[in-house]
Amino acid sequence: MNKFSKTMLAVGLAFLYIPMLILVIYSFNESRLVTVWAGWSTKWYGELWQDKQLMAAVWRSLTVAFYSATASVFLAIFASVVMVRAGKFRGRTLFSGLITAPLVMPDVLLGLAMLLLFVSSTQAFGVPTERGLFTVWLAHTTLGLAYATVVISSRLKEMDPRIEEAAFDLGASALTVFTRITMPIIAPAIGAGWLLAFTLSLDDVVLASFVSGPGATTLPIEVFSSVRMGVSPMVNALATMILLVVSLFTMAAWYVLHKQSKRAS
Amino acid sequence: MKRWSRRAIVSVPYFWLGLFLLVPLLLVIKVAFAEAARAIPPFSSLTEFEDGILAIRISINSFAVLFEDTMYLQAFFNSVVIAAGATLLCLLIGYPMAYAIARAPAHQQSILLMLVLLPSWTSFLIRVYAWMTILGQNGPLNNFLISIGLISEPLEILNTNLAVYIGIVYSYLPFMVLPLYANLVKHDLRLIEAAQDLGARGLTTFTRITLPLSKNGIIAGSMLVFIPAVGEYVIPELLGGSDTLVIGKVVWQEFFNNRDWPVASALALLLVLALLAPIVWFQRNQDAVR
Repeated sequence: MNKFSKTMLAVGLAFLYIPMLILVIYSFNESRLVTVWAGWSTKWYGELWQDKQLMAAVWRSLTVAFYSATASVFLAIFASVVMVRAGKFRGRTLFSGLITAPLVMPDVLLGLAMLLLFVSSTQAFGVPTERGLFTVWLAHTTLGLAYATVVISSRLKEMDPRIEEAAFDLGASALTVFTRITMPIIAPAIGAGWLLAFTLSLDDVVLASFVSGPGATTLPIEVFSSVRMGVSPMVNALATMILLVVSLFTMAAWYVLHKQSKRAS
Repeated sequence: MKRWSRRAIVSVPYFWLGLFLLVPLLLVIKVAFAEAARAIPPFSSLTEFEDGILAIRISINSFAVLFEDTMYLQAFFNSVVIAAGATLLCLLIGYPMAYAIARAPAHQQSILLMLVLLPSWTSFLIRVYAWMTILGQNGPLNNFLISIGLISEPLEILNTNLAVYIGIVYSYLPFMVLPLYANLVKHDLRLIEAAQDLGARGLTTFTRITLPLSKNGIIAGSMLVFIPAVGEYVIPELLGGSDTLVIGKVVWQEFFNNRDWPVASALALLLVLALLAPIVWFQRNQDAVR
C-alpha cells in the first residue's frame, strides 16, 4: 500500500500541475494557432496590455472582488458569532440552513434566484434601476459570506473561551473583549476568509452572468465568452498572469497561516 | 451577551441572508408555478385583482413540460451518471493520494497538502480552459500519443463526455483528498500493528481495518465532489460536445436562449430536490464527525 500510494501521489500531483504548466508554456508561443509551436515570444502579453476592453474588465473584477470580499467578511464575523456563541434562538435551524445553502446549491440555481429577486424588486419598487456591478457585488457578497463563515466560525470554535471570561472578570465590556481579545485571535481566519471570498468573486462566471447587465462584464464573463469560441493565445497569456498572481497570493497566505499555527502549537 | 445586543448581532446576518437568499429561493418557487408570457419580466403574475375578485392562477405547465419531453429527464439522468462516475474516479485517485500524505513524515504533510489544495484556490475557469488546449485535435496530448506510436490518428476527446469526466475529476480532486486526509491522519496506527501481529497481510489489514475506519471521509469527499458536479455548467459547456446534455446546461439554455423562465425555475427546483438527499446525508455525516 505504501509504495503504491506514494506513486499515486506523484501521479496525482503531476495530473494537477502539468495542465497548468502546458498553459503557461503555450502562452509564450509565437504562433496565432495555439497548438502549433512557432518559437518563444512574449508578444501576446504585449497585446494583452493593449486590449482596452479586457483591461477594463480586469479592473472591474478586482474592484467587485475587493468590495464583496470585504462585505462578506464583515457579515461573516457576525454570522460566525451567531453560529458559535448565540446558543439557541428562534429561527436557528433556518439560519444555519441559509448559511450553508450557497455551499451546496448549484450556481445556476443561485444565479437564477438572485436575478429573479432583482427583476421583481425593480418591478415592484424601482430598485435596482439597472443590473450591473452593484448587483454582482450583492450576489458575490452573499456567496462569499457562506464560505467566509465556514473559515471564521471554525477558528472561533477552537478558541479557548476562558481567555474571554478572564477579560470579563477583569471588568472589560463586551465590546472591549471583542475588539481586544476575540478579534486578534480570529484575525488569521478573517484574513483567510477574505482571501477565499476574493478569489471566489474573481473566478465566478455563472452568478455574474445571471445578475450583471450590459456594460458590466467582469473578467470571467469576458474570458468565458471568448473561450467558448475556442482557445486563443491572448487568453493563454491572461490565464498565465492570473495563475501567477493568485498562486503567489495563496502561497503567501498559506505561509502566514502556517507560521501562526506553528507558533500557536 | 445582553438580550438586545444578542438580538442585534443575530439580526444583521439574518437580514442579509433573508433578503438575498431566502426571498430569491422563494421567488424561484413562485416563478416555477407561473406561465411564460411575452412581457418584461417574461412570466405571468400569480395573482390578479379585477372587479373586486382576487384570482390566484397557479400553473403546473412547466412541470408537465419537464415530464412530457424526455429530453429533460435524459439530462437529469446524464448529469447523475456523469457526476457519479467522476466521483468514483476521484475516489480511486484521491484515496491513495490522501493515504500517502497522511502516512508521510509530519513535517512534509502540510506542504504536500498545500500542493494538492493550491490548484483549487487558483482560477477554476482557467484550469478547465487549460484542458481545451491539451485535448484538442492537434493538442499536446494527441501529439504525444502519436509520437510514441500508441495511436496513428488524433483521438477526438474534446467535445465528448470523456472530456467532461476529465474536467470534473481534475477540478474536484482536491475536494476529495482533503476530507480523506483529515480522516486518515487520525487513525490509530496501533490498530494496524495489532492486525499485522495477528498475521494479517497488507491487503487484509487495508480492507478490514483502514477502509472501514475511513468510511466518514469517503462519504464526505464523495459528496463534496458529487453535489457540485451534478449541477455543473462551466465544464460541460467548455469541454463537452453540443450533444452533452446535462441539467446545468439545460437550465442555462432555457433561461438565456429560450427565455422560458418558468421552465428554467421548475428545472432548478427539481435539481435541488434531487440533491436534497445527498446534501442531508453529507450534513448528517459531518455532524457525526464532530
